[in-house]
Amino acid sequence: MKLNDAVWGALLLALALAVLWNIQGFPRIPGQNIGPGAFPGLLAIIMIPCALVLVARGLRKDAPKGSFGAWLRSPGHVGNFLLTVGVLAFYIVAADALGFIVTATLILVALFLKLRVKPQIAIPVALVAVFFIHVIFYKMLRVSLPWGVLPILY
Amino acid sequence: MDVYLQALQLVFDPYVLMVILLSAVYGLFVGCIPGLTATMATALLVPVTFFMPPVPAVAAIVTATAMAIFSGDIPGALLRIPGTPASAAYTDEAYAMTLKGQAEVALGAGLWFSALGGLFGTLVMIFMAPSLAEIALNFSSFEYFWLVLLGLAGAVFIGSSSILKASISLLLGLLIACIGLENPGGHPRFTFGVNELLSGVNLIPMMVGMFAISEILRYMVNLEPPAKIVNAKIGNVFKGMWALTLEYKWSLLRGNVLGTLIGIQPGSGADMASWMSYAMSKRFSKEPEKFGTGHVEGIIESGAANNSSLAGAWIPALVFGIPGDSITAIAIGVLYIKGLNPGPMIFVNNPQSVYAIFLVFILANLIMLPLGWMTIKLANNVLRVPRNILMPIILVFCIVGSFAINNSLFGVGLILFFGVVAFVLEENGFPTAPAILGVVLGTMLEENFITSMIKSDGDPTVFFTRPIAGGLAFFTILILLWPVGAWLVAKARGRLAQPAARPAE
Repeated sequence: MKLNDAVWGALLLALALAVLWNIQGFPRIPGQNIGPGAFPGLLAIIMIPCALVLVARGLRKDAPKGSFGAWLRSPGHVGNFLLTVGVLAFYIVAADALGFIVTATLILVALFLKLRVKPQIAIPVALVAVFFIHVIFYKMLRVSLPWGVLPILY
Repeated sequence: MDVYLQALQLVFDPYVLMVILLSAVYGLFVGCIPGLTATMATALLVPVTFFMPPVPAVAAIVTATAMAIFSGDIPGALLRIPGTPASAAYTDEAYAMTLKGQAEVALGAGLWFSALGGLFGTLVMIFMAPSLAEIALNFSSFEYFWLVLLGLAGAVFIGSSSILKASISLLLGLLIACIGLENPGGHPRFTFGVNELLSGVNLIPMMVGMFAISEILRYMVNLEPPAKIVNAKIGNVFKGMWALTLEYKWSLLRGNVLGTLIGIQPGSGADMASWMSYAMSKRFSKEPEKFGTGHVEGIIESGAANNSSLAGAWIPALVFGIPGDSITAIAIGVLYIKGLNPGPMIFVNNPQSVYAIFLVFILANLIMLPLGWMTIKLANNVLRVPRNILMPIILVFCIVGSFAINNSLFGVGLILFFGVVAFVLEENGFPTAPAILGVVLGTMLEENFITSMIKSDGDPTVFFTRPIAGGLAFFTILILLWPVGAWLVAKARGRLAQPAARPAE
């Protein structure tokens, strides 16, 4: 997913201006003419010329136009990408309600099947891997992973 | 003497030795799998080290990275794919040797000279770091300001393909470091009303996102078919290594010295060391025409260089708290979490921990020989581990690791955000290493900048008039002006060459 440099320049310019606008409300250290706004302000000011050069580069005639990258033309790979992002989002939403073991197993099976692992391998491997990770983090490192729908087993 | 004994006790503890052994195996495995980098190995280790005492935590990182940088050579020789970017410089060379039936020499040289390089870098660190720390004790905020800036400038201006994009990446990192309460005024900056952001963006989930999730995403969209493994007969990999050491002793020394220096130079690490050493080796070789056809000389020199740079990178990390590459950037985060704040005072307050780190380096490079030998023997099996099973498991590991830091799902959100951002940025030619250095060093840069400005009452000339600060300022400005100078020279040359070319038009 390659965007034209001019688009990046515009985005960064907007970011720099947003930072400059945001720091106007920052208080100063009493008795000093410098405060918490000084450093981010300086960064934003340096960012502006960088962004402008990027815009100028992107607008040159010979600049590479935005291109979609080979993988974006392959539905399977776009699916892989979206599924990876999707399972992470799914974990955030579902982990507390369903519990770690159920959520993680679902995630693994979904990814395995999408990556063409045979179901008779995908399901046992997912169960064993989740159990392993759970023992390491829950039992040995004492991370309070949620149990969710399952009763507390160990 | 007491301190040395304490350090020995700290390291030769059954628990620490077990951690070293396990992380060695882990590092060898991760380095061997193409697509899993040494930086990713470190990022994935951090959530686990979070639960360990300081010395084993650091030992795990040191060992795993040393092993991963070596074992990146293995798929280079057998698949023609570097296991880690640090092996990329001589992948073609090693593969050519394999095709000529010399796989055992290529792999043996990778192993033997990696260990020698690592030991050399460690010795330099042992002798240099404490004396540098003594000098650094006299540094004030002015010197630190320039040191940090020198490090950041080095990261951006040396070896990036686009200086503009590297600078932007650095600025983004520095802006991320601004998030939270930890600033001169104690004012909540850029938190968008999110409570979790008050203490700043947590480094661990951010690094897991940038270095592990982004790699997984890259695997998910990778269109290339899996590479074929060459079925090479691998005999005794140590055979003839001593003769090679004697024959190429100057190459070895050159690789060691250059690697260590590049490691010390903040912002550039093992990959840079191996590329530059390979080029240097070819330049000084008596038989440069053999390079690229399966000649061992370049492998010796750059194989030693990338491992020696690892130890070199720890020198500024321990002495000044300024990381020499992205691996030490992560390690510095771990040191802070463990209360072993890097900087010259660590040599005064905690010398036993520093010596313990030195010992771990020596130990790691020694056990690399037997364990590396075993990995080479098993390489054909390790390389067959199906990545469509490995990658999803790593993803679940990332989720748990980022959750474990604060027992909060916010960490999982962070790995998702930074994973996607790093992936998109890299697709568009923005390197991520400057960003991570910016995040790690941002607070330090701001603190020293503001303290200096307050001390000097807003007068910027003081930044230049103190002798050491002035010297550091000179070097920083030199690096900043380097590309401008190079551009002007190139332009001047082009103008001289043009009149001659014109009649042909």
